[in-house]
Amino acid sequence: MEDSDSLAVARVKAGDGDAYRQLVDRHSRSVFRLAYRMTGNEQDSEDVVQETFLRAYKQLHRYEARSSFSTWLYRIAANYSLDLVRRRKRHGEVALGESSPANEEMPEMIHALPSPAPGPDRLLFSGKVQECVASTLNELSQQERTAFVLRHFEGQSIEEISAALGLSGNAAKHSIFRAVQKLRRALEPLVNQAS
Amino acid sequence: MNHLNEEQLVLYYYGERESAGVEEHLDVCDSCRDTYHALQRVLNSVDSLPVPDRPADYEAQVWRAVERQLPRRRVAMKWFAWKPLATAAAMAVLVVAAFLAGRNWRKPGSQIADAQVRERVLLVAVGDHLERSQMVLVELANAGAPEHGSLDISFEQHAAEDLLESNRLYRQTAASAGDTATASLLDELERVLLQIAHSPSAMSEKQLEELRKEIEDRGILLKVKVFGTQVEQRQAAPQAGGASL
Repeated sequence: MEDSDSLAVARVKAGDGDAYRQLVDRHSRSVFRLAYRMTGNEQDSEDVVQETFLRAYKQLHRYEARSSFSTWLYRIAANYSLDLVRRRKRHGEVALGESSPANEEMPEMIHALPSPAPGPDRLLFSGKVQECVASTLNELSQQERTAFVLRHFEGQSIEEISAALGLSGNAAKHSIFRAVQKLRRALEPLVNQAS
Repeated sequence: MNHLNEEQLVLYYYGERESAGVEEHLDVCDSCRDTYHALQRVLNSVDSLPVPDRPADYEAQVWRAVERQLPRRRVAMKWFAWKPLATAAAMAVLVVAAFLAGRNWRKPGSQIADAQVRERVLLVAVGDHLERSQMVLVELANAGAPEHGSLDISFEQHAAEDLLESNRLYRQTAASAGDTATASLLDELERVLLQIAHSPSAMSEKQLEELRKEIEDRGILLKVKVFGTQVEQRQAAPQAGGASL
């Protein structure tokens, strides 16, 4: 994948505009997943996907193959997601899973449970866990959330996360620790109940 | 025995290098193993967070949306293609010109023939250079009104920066060959390229208008077009000679 990404990037830089489509095809779903975990909002995630590919295209001349293309792309997506969430917070808007009367009543994530569907008790329990994960993620600071999402879901190294967020390695690590601590505090009673 | 702290367990869970020795400790310490399993359950449960499915043709949808907004692809793509070539071409011309100058110095009798060869080498290179410059100027002259308050001209700027390097080399070569008409046009073009390269990447409508006016006032686009046409004609006429390109 990385080799073929490098090839596609080289082709775009050499003037082959269609090669950029290959990069969009390969990475749009994973950028959406990252954005959704960062923003918790489907529409915002779509904005992040489009904006990420536009920004990446405009900055492609700055991309050097020191890191993989996907890492570079996720960095752009993570930073834009951060901006978006900050803007939303400033305007007092609420992301999915965050405490709001509508979300308490019917959190959309519960309805997006994967199949095959388990029994009703299990379903209810999964729903509770997912709701708790979503609301705890929303309570994290943006730095904690980004660092945690990049580490936990995207498997990025501490070094890559610190570069993406412009932090020292230690600060990136401590953001992850704090995020885990908060998740643990919120989820442990629920998870222990199941086990 | 010192027990492991949560940070060490987190690093171990994520397979970080710094977690060396943790595994050995977990093998022999029930208490830390229990703590680790509790952490594992919590972090594994985070994976249950669902992400909404995307439709089967999602990639095509994204591409359609992105492609519409790509910044004037034609020039952008050509710019990517030029970058490594433009300066190299200019350098090649200089090498040939220097070689011919050396030959002239050694063999005064061959001066006329060599001058014609040198002229043709420059003719081809400068023609190509003017065509590229013209594309950047046309693109800026025809850019629509900024949609979101500003227009991103970063591609044109990078193109202008690269063209500047070649322009300087061609101008000096033309001047040293006594081709004042070409040197003068390149000098004027250089000023406009410099202005584009030093403009803000995100231009307001007012700034864009000022730049357009500058291009228009200098008549540089027309001059480049006319000169380019003359160059083409000269290229089509193999034995044509003259005081300038």
